[in-house]
Amino acid sequence: MSVDRRAFLRLAALAPFAGMASLAAAVSAPATRTLLVLVELKGGNDGLNTVIPFADPLYSQLRPRLAIARDQVLQLDERTGLHPSLAKVLPIWEEGRLAIVQGVGYPKPNLSHFRSIEIWDTASKSDEYLDAGWLARAFAVSPSPPQFAADGVVVGPNAMGPLAGATGRAIALASPEQFLRNARLARGEGEARNEALAHILRVERDVLAAAERLHAGRKFDAPFPQGGFGSAVQTAAQLAANESGIAVVRLSLGGFDTHANQLQVHGNLLRQLAEGLSALREALIEIDRWKSTLVATYAEFGRRARENQSSGTDHGTASVHLVLGGAVKGGLYGAAPALDRLDVEGNIPFAVDFRSYYATILERWWGIGARTVLGSSFAPLDWL
Amino acid sequence: MGYDDARHLLNRAGFGATDAEIREYAALGREEAVDRLLAGARREASIRAPAFVDEPFVPFYKVRQMGVDERQAEQRKLMEQGFELRAWWLREMSLTPSPLTERMTLFWHNHFATAQQKVRHAQLMYRQNALLRSEALGNFATLLHGVAKDPAMLIYLDNAGSRRQAPNENFAREVMELFTLGEGHYSEHDIKEAARAFTGWSLDRDSGEFTYRRVWHDYGEKTVLGTSGRLDGDDVIDILLGRGETAEFIAAKVWREFVSPHPDAAQVRRWAAAFRGSRYEIKPLLRAALTSDAFWSAENRASLVKSPVDLVVGTMRTFDIHPFDLRPAVFACAALGQNPFSPPNVKGWPGGDAWITSATLLGRKQWLERVFRGSDPMAPAAGTREAEAKADGADRYRRILERGMADYAFDAGRFSRAMAAAPDGAASVERLALATPPISASADGSDLVEHLRQLVADPAFQLK
Repeated sequence: MSVDRRAFLRLAALAPFAGMASLAAAVSAPATRTLLVLVELKGGNDGLNTVIPFADPLYSQLRPRLAIARDQVLQLDERTGLHPSLAKVLPIWEEGRLAIVQGVGYPKPNLSHFRSIEIWDTASKSDEYLDAGWLARAFAVSPSPPQFAADGVVVGPNAMGPLAGATGRAIALASPEQFLRNARLARGEGEARNEALAHILRVERDVLAAAERLHAGRKFDAPFPQGGFGSAVQTAAQLAANESGIAVVRLSLGGFDTHANQLQVHGNLLRQLAEGLSALREALIEIDRWKSTLVATYAEFGRRARENQSSGTDHGTASVHLVLGGAVKGGLYGAAPALDRLDVEGNIPFAVDFRSYYATILERWWGIGARTVLGSSFAPLDWL
Repeated sequence: MGYDDARHLLNRAGFGATDAEIREYAALGREEAVDRLLAGARREASIRAPAFVDEPFVPFYKVRQMGVDERQAEQRKLMEQGFELRAWWLREMSLTPSPLTERMTLFWHNHFATAQQKVRHAQLMYRQNALLRSEALGNFATLLHGVAKDPAMLIYLDNAGSRRQAPNENFAREVMELFTLGEGHYSEHDIKEAARAFTGWSLDRDSGEFTYRRVWHDYGEKTVLGTSGRLDGDDVIDILLGRGETAEFIAAKVWREFVSPHPDAAQVRRWAAAFRGSRYEIKPLLRAALTSDAFWSAENRASLVKSPVDLVVGTMRTFDIHPFDLRPAVFACAALGQNPFSPPNVKGWPGGDAWITSATLLGRKQWLERVFRGSDPMAPAAGTREAEAKADGADRYRRILERGMADYAFDAGRFSRAMAAAPDGAASVERLALATPPISASADGSDLVEHLRQLVADPAFQLK
């Protein structure tokens, strides 16, 4: 993005909301916009067994059955290590392109999956109800260039999450090939007589607009892992290779709600995650987009510090998130889990507000004024 | 009440309806028609259960003791049984004389969402489905007590292993948030206390039946929502049933299922009061919903998005499509975002506008195109049987299902003969197929079948 555009957007962000969309679009838009790939860890990932404070004696006390043995942890420094199933992301750490953000959460945490992911998706306060997703709001402030295929693409049959809202152009698809095969069935014209119909017609129009500018069939030398997440990663790579830009791709990996018999299930999920992220990196390097892509995980919450009686963990609060990409300043951010200062519910206190996490992306990745999108100021972090 | 009213009632209360069924109901008054639907409620399915439900139960610990090959074979068997179970339920939905019973069974499945991925045993999923059906239009209090002890639920929400030393909070939380009170009407402390009360509700490992493990139960004093005592699980459920929020939560959900996306708060409170007053009898609540002015009002017609099951089963019922193999229908529902016995999580399917994304909308149109045009010009060239035999896993399934879809072709000849008798063919086809006039399709002198093909591709066909 040019310096001029960045400056313009910062200025634009200060102006009132209305009318900004057309004004921003009138400015000559850049040919490409840096890509964000969001990876949702559905169900609430156990941060404590993802990035492990192995040197903290409280860790193994809280988790007599679930603690990962010190000699199995992939040690990053003298007290922090990765779960062994994350071996595939270790090279990214070693080349300094993996930021580990510890203790991401928010005040007055809600422990319901559904409410908490809504809070994350809309970037609301704990007791505030917003309709539009935070990315939909960001694109209302700063629309993607008109020649873009879409603002965002959700891979798979999932909800639109942070891209949900009445503005912007977002589509969902399983693969570009299948999408293009079927896009001719969309029509898009007609008068909306009620809300449901208005929604359907809008989806049809988004399909037609995206289909015009989407290309399929990009093949990669790098292999992709088997399974659903591997295919989703492949789709993300194909979208990154698309000639007309796409600003956001959202992937999901489900099954993190590990209330019982967590060890094997969680290890499997982390392996899928690591293999997928590693394959994505390879593919992005191949098409020379590793530097212009930011990959970031998120989830509704982490899990309780103390394991439960079913060899699992219950819903918790703050958790760790991974950010990677060719422009990322790798390292540890946030704060290691304060296991000696658990709250009355036995949860880890948060160190980084998730809206600071988002503000980093908005301001330092896209040059969008975070305050306009998030409602108040949140200090960006230094991984960008 | 006339044709349009009858179509509206049968489509909302069931899954689609044939022209003949609509004509039959059109001769009745609204209340008379609703009472007939309620009187037809069933407690059991009309078709025979899959044979595997009577096979001996294979306990989990025995599976764990098996060798690798045997265990994999067992897991494959469970997966096949799950597939068979889904096909069985869709067949029941498409053939039952009481579609309202199946709509409510599906409504409770979505409310007490439980997924086979975690439960694994198809037999336990079947038992839960039978429980949901037996009280589908019965009594909500009975149903809630039953579901709390249902083996599939005990596994799904982890209560089966919950012991007093460290109670598992999963079921205690969801029973309040999703099954009764709704979010915001309880505290984290209530959840912790309730979790203690449910300790010991578990499964007999040999039979897979509910069992109460006394040594796991916390007999201590607890306080849930202000009520104290040596509470057990049934006490907690009774406390939840004693709260006004519970009836309102269910009444609002019934409104969204049958009436419109936006419940009217005052009416929901009235329905809820009556619901509690009847000690949670479900039929009077449905009667209130289906006879309400809001249900019949013009502005709420065509205001609901069809679920994938509405689309697939409703289309089959409306146009008399009764294939031999229901697995392709299961596959279609799953691909469109509603795989029965596999809701995405304990909150069930979000529904409403969320059913429609670009991926699922195109999927719907593609499925309809196959059914109504009998072919799929966009599909990859159909594989030969040899290719099928060589392909493995998911790919092999896909090929078999592609072939099975041939059986779903709509019978254009029979349809045009039946509709030819109607005084105004094109208009009659429209009133049968759509809940609201088409958005972009027009009857420009094309024949009835081509007109119908236009109508099912119209955005209005996605509404009910």
